[in-house]
Amino acid sequence: MKNKIGVYICHCGGNISDYVDVEKVRDAVKDIEGVEISVDTMFACADSSQKQIFNDIKEKQLDGLVVASCSPKLHYPTFSAVAERAGLNKYNYVHANIREQVSWAHSDNKLGATEKAIQAVKAAIAGVKESISLEPIKIKSQKIVAVIGAGVAGMRAAKELADLGVKVYLIEREYFVGGRVAQLDYLCRVQETGKELVTRMYEAIHKHENITLFTGAEIIEKGGSIGNFKIKLKITPRYIKKDCNEDELKKAIEVCPVEVDDDFNFNITKRKAIYKNYPSEYPQKPAIDIKNCTRCGECEKVCSSIDFNQKEEILDLTVGSILTATGFDPYRPKENEFGWGLDNVVTLPQFRRIINMCDDKLIYNGKEIKEIAYIYCVGSRQVDGENKYCSRYCCTATLYTSILTHKKYKNIHAYHFNRGIRTYGKQEVIYDEVSQLGDIFLQSYEYDPATVEKQGDKTIVKVKDILTNNTEIEVEADLVVLVTGMEPRKDNSIGDVLKIPKGRDRFYNEIHMKLRPVETVIDGITIAGACQGPKNILESVNSALSAATKSYSIVNTGELALEPIIASVNEDTCTWCGLCADACPYDAIELINKNGKDIAEINKSVCKGCGMCLPVCESDSIEMSGFTNNIIENMISAYADI
Amino acid sequence: MSSSGKDMPKILVFSTEKISDPAIDMAGLLKLHYPPRVYIISLPCSSAVKPRWILKAFSEGFDGVFIAADGTDCPYGESCTDKTGAIIKQTQDMLKEKGIEPAKLRMAAICSICSEAFVKQMKNFTEYLVNQKTN
Repeated sequence: MKNKIGVYICHCGGNISDYVDVEKVRDAVKDIEGVEISVDTMFACADSSQKQIFNDIKEKQLDGLVVASCSPKLHYPTFSAVAERAGLNKYNYVHANIREQVSWAHSDNKLGATEKAIQAVKAAIAGVKESISLEPIKIKSQKIVAVIGAGVAGMRAAKELADLGVKVYLIEREYFVGGRVAQLDYLCRVQETGKELVTRMYEAIHKHENITLFTGAEIIEKGGSIGNFKIKLKITPRYIKKDCNEDELKKAIEVCPVEVDDDFNFNITKRKAIYKNYPSEYPQKPAIDIKNCTRCGECEKVCSSIDFNQKEEILDLTVGSILTATGFDPYRPKENEFGWGLDNVVTLPQFRRIINMCDDKLIYNGKEIKEIAYIYCVGSRQVDGENKYCSRYCCTATLYTSILTHKKYKNIHAYHFNRGIRTYGKQEVIYDEVSQLGDIFLQSYEYDPATVEKQGDKTIVKVKDILTNNTEIEVEADLVVLVTGMEPRKDNSIGDVLKIPKGRDRFYNEIHMKLRPVETVIDGITIAGACQGPKNILESVNSALSAATKSYSIVNTGELALEPIIASVNEDTCTWCGLCADACPYDAIELINKNGKDIAEINKSVCKGCGMCLPVCESDSIEMSGFTNNIIENMISAYADI
Repeated sequence: MSSSGKDMPKILVFSTEKISDPAIDMAGLLKLHYPPRVYIISLPCSSAVKPRWILKAFSEGFDGVFIAADGTDCPYGESCTDKTGAIIKQTQDMLKEKGIEPAKLRMAAICSICSEAFVKQMKNFTEYLVNQKTN
């Protein structure tokens, strides 16, 4: 039993100590038998605190360590490493989660939170007293990463991993790659269109021997765990033969009588049931949208490449890590929100497609556009709605769009109804450039935003402009552009399959926004790009490279060091009934005869430490390291001792 | 300062490191409040809970025990739900023999994103145990 235990209780700035009386916790446990030292610290994870713990272990020859701070998902590895560096086996360290499970969960009850924190630290002390030293177990890890989403983030991550020698399954739900960036005809501050960027990236992944691209594919099941995820992939056919005739396919698209709203152009145009979103799109074969296809047979009459006999495929794959880069959806305004529903009110993504379609004159619904009113923060920074966050990209994207309209068309007048322009970092020069072009900026508070109304055939945008002492200003606009922000994907079924937690903003949540920004609480699953929160392309690629590096670190050696938490049999009391072997899902338990007695034996390299064998043993002869009767029952007693 | 709720029932939760722990953590992150006298012990898998641990909790004065089960998300296999269910059934029979209301042992699948479900379970269970005490 450990009798020189060091206890460190973290304030976490004020995240814990705003709700938990940390000094009271420290004093409540300092006289418990076996506790050598009990201290509180402002940030246990800070270098200076780690150094103190290190020195205490060395100088006071501590044989047990308790750190009470945030979730162990965040800093268990930090303090394990401190223990190991100081020569203390890391399995003699027990963590008490007094932030997520105490101070934050009970921020409404400070007294209750403090009492619960005391009990949690007492339980951890009780656990560490009975702990024993263990050595890690090594397992093989698949040197394969599944990258979900072939947008800019997914493709960049796939290329990076493949260049590092890792096999990549790049899985895209749509029939074509590129995601949202493929919808962009111009990119801010680079002389390259979104489509050209996607083409360049596609060519790089297409010729890479380590990358296998699946389109029309989605993961429908996930099993296993880090190092060995078992995923089931459903692949929907394109209904186009592998060796196809391009000219015939063009005719097939021409003759298709079906017309549906074109998602790619944000529903401002129509497309056929057999389609490509744009001529140079990759992969270059078109696809048949089978949900809208009427099977009229017109395409088959002119094209020998159509094959309606193609069937859905299911593939079983094993991968070491999963990198999720599934992107975002643009916010869709609600009816009447800033005039949404009027025939001259569009969103920014729609407006950018309109600009691409209009050459000399900017025309929408048959009318030439000269006066443009941009209304900012639609679907972002909402006062009443759920989207409290800033979508980051939209101020810059709008200002850059305005520059383009001035360059492409004559006599454009632009009015920017904003709530404060956020062109952070190097993007500030774009704001300056637009200001020089003579655009008018009108600013309002969030509780008194601009309004859009029809007066006869005129569209009037009104605002009380705080830059001119709340003067009410009216603008007659030919076109109102709603600067819509980013939202999580409406169809987020992959998140449910992978069980990735979401934050309050409904985007996928990282373990820690600063220290572990691309890892999720599901070991082995990383996140990148705008599925995690609003990001521009630069930020998406940054996070993609970060996630690729993290996934690489999981699979690169082909081996993972796992926790040595495995079962063991008490040979004296075991009489072999076989129930444990029946309960084990891994066939890790075998009958052996030792000294003339039939007993169970655990295969240490096969045991995964699930503990399913523990409760079925009628003679209670099986224990699991880290979760022994002594440890669990002492913790229960400590918790109960109030 | 508000009351710590010392007269409130004490609940021991057996959670799981990979599945229900993240949900319980996220409940805190989202400031979804539940009664503070809910104490948590994490295990690798909910079908590792020994009946003797549950009995120990009741003998030490806990009013209720809740198994935040892996359910179908268990990384160790599909049999988890049935196995955890069997442990609960067996332990409830043992509680009955000891004159303890079997309903004081509850189980529900809490997936890694089921924070709201966890909070709801804790509030309902606390309410049930309060009613048991007053009746």
